[in-house]
Amino acid sequence: MSPLLQRRLIFVTGKGGVGKSTVALALGLLAARRGLRTIVAELAAGEHLQRAFAQQEGRQFEEIELAPGLFTISIDPQHAMEEYLRVKTGPVGQALGHSRLFHAFAMATPGMRELLSIGKVWELAQFERRTREAEPYDVVIVDAPATGHGVGILRTPRTFAEIARVGPIAHQGGQIARTIADRSFTAVLAVSTPEEMPVNETLSLYEALLAEGLDLDTVILNARYPDRFDDADASRLRAVLEADPPPPVRAAVRAGLSEQARAATQAEQHARLEELFPGRVSTLPFVFAPDIGRPELEGLADRLAEVLP
Amino acid sequence: MNIPELLENRRVCVCTGSGGVGKTTTSAVIALGMAAAGAKVAVVTIDPAKRLANALGLEALENEPRRVDPDRLATGSLEVRGELWAMMLDPKRTFDELIDRIAPDPERAEEIKANRVYRELSTAVSGSQELTAIAKLYELDQEGRFDLLVLDTPPSRNALDFFDAPGRLTNFLEGRALKAFLKPTGLGMRVLGRGAGPLLGALRRITGVDLVSDLSTFFGLLGDMTENFSARAREVEALLRSDETAFLLITSAQSEPIDEAIWFRQTLRDSGLPFAGVVVNRFHHDLGHEPEAQDLPSELGEAVGGELGARVAENFADYHVLSQRDASNVDRLLDELGSEPLLLVPHFDSDVHDVDGLLRVHRYLFASDEERVRLIDEVVA
Repeated sequence: MSPLLQRRLIFVTGKGGVGKSTVALALGLLAARRGLRTIVAELAAGEHLQRAFAQQEGRQFEEIELAPGLFTISIDPQHAMEEYLRVKTGPVGQALGHSRLFHAFAMATPGMRELLSIGKVWELAQFERRTREAEPYDVVIVDAPATGHGVGILRTPRTFAEIARVGPIAHQGGQIARTIADRSFTAVLAVSTPEEMPVNETLSLYEALLAEGLDLDTVILNARYPDRFDDADASRLRAVLEADPPPPVRAAVRAGLSEQARAATQAEQHARLEELFPGRVSTLPFVFAPDIGRPELEGLADRLAEVLP
Repeated sequence: MNIPELLENRRVCVCTGSGGVGKTTTSAVIALGMAAAGAKVAVVTIDPAKRLANALGLEALENEPRRVDPDRLATGSLEVRGELWAMMLDPKRTFDELIDRIAPDPERAEEIKANRVYRELSTAVSGSQELTAIAKLYELDQEGRFDLLVLDTPPSRNALDFFDAPGRLTNFLEGRALKAFLKPTGLGMRVLGRGAGPLLGALRRITGVDLVSDLSTFFGLLGDMTENFSARAREVEALLRSDETAFLLITSAQSEPIDEAIWFRQTLRDSGLPFAGVVVNRFHHDLGHEPEAQDLPSELGEAVGGELGARVAENFADYHVLSQRDASNVDRLLDELGSEPLLLVPHFDSDVHDVDGLLRVHRYLFASDEERVRLIDEVVA
């Protein structure tokens, strides 16, 4: 099995629009196939993970089984806070949980939303779950927010541990920070597409992680076009266009030349990424499909099984 | 419909949308095009691609707009009659400047800037980019130096964060909830009465005493400034709601960004913000021929050759899937928009990262309807 899947906590990060959720789910499918009880946690109110599996709405803050052994949850800070207070502080906590003033305060405190979210992630990854009767997971895959905030969320526990210094928040913050820093427990994975900005962002993510004493385990290069045509093919196709072919041939050949140009641009950025992260890049193909649903995700999981280190 | 028509009589254009859909590029094109048409325009960007930043002469984070050297823009095909100014937002510095501006004296400003809670607030925390982007926009608008301001919004996962985050921070800075907890003699405590005692105790137990005292110091320092802050926030909101502001929604034609665009359009409507239209980037136009056409394999075989012809056919079929996908996604968006404007920009063969690239996009966004039909014919013919 890939060493990546031997960690209990895997953060999937990257710029917006690069396919983080897709990669997180495909990785989740792969882990579940290996017999690992797996959950993919999305750190934002939204239901698009579940949508790929055509689940009903309305239960998004609960743990939902999408496929055998594969669960998903959308983590909402407010919901996480109520749960935390219920479990941790008993009746006073419950009263607090119902206090609107307390909510307003907690939600407005800088970093509190991030801390609550990551606290819930941490709870999911524990051998002994905080919430009663909850079964433990072997792997927790976190579909993190877009990169800038993604690093923020990894840093938050330590920040709180330092600011609060004493008390339960400092204690818990420190505990979570140590878990994140433990590379036998936690892995950080970056998703990029073969375009300039996402590659830049992967690099700055890497630098930000190093500054936090963390590291990047794997870079997934997502949505890579196939290299269908080489330069000789392209010259041949251009010659065909000049010979004024029938309109359908013209359309098909133009589509071919466009893709050749795009694939060439992608190859440049792909090479850049390989150079920046030698030996750490795994490539997933562009999916030519109207939508990324279950069959496409299964296909990507097949591919991950081949390419993951 | 085109950008100049959408932005007629507007002073502010806010480009918003989910991450990775080309917001920065689109903002730059809009600013360039409006400057070309004779206006004095400033574009405020958050995090442009390095090569695009270089193309505009934005080498470093600078908190003031700087005029883009007209020579950089002089590529022949577009004459810039007005002025293009650009700046890259530095959230930390904008925040500091905001404190400088509303603090009663420099000493107080320095104390606040040295406070640990403030330092966290102005850097690490999500929301500070959003807040400072809007603060900068407001400041530039107040100065009145520009005919048009174009704001590229920060890359948030969810387009709505842009509005949500400043609100959260403003609430925090106004500190109403917190003051109620912290001031035993304050109005909040009187209203809460004895009920607040256990709440305060629990808060201490959960957060740790030092956090509370840091916050308390912070709000003590802010003091009467929160009034200034609130007043400012109200003015900023008035600017965003004014009919001289235009919200442009930027999206790509993939399913998720389109879903988000639909949802965002509804949210703008619900919150009464002035919506101007949608730009759909990277659209795969239907090339007008079916890849399944019976004669295509033999025609390709004849014109291109057997094995290469087969690869061309396979690629054409894949392209067709994307063009069908894009068309049906845009149809969904149009159902939401009704007669509201939507501009399509095709998926180009290469990334846009220089002035030539901007001009390529410019042709589509600034063309008249007839010109655009002609441009699209060029793509699909």
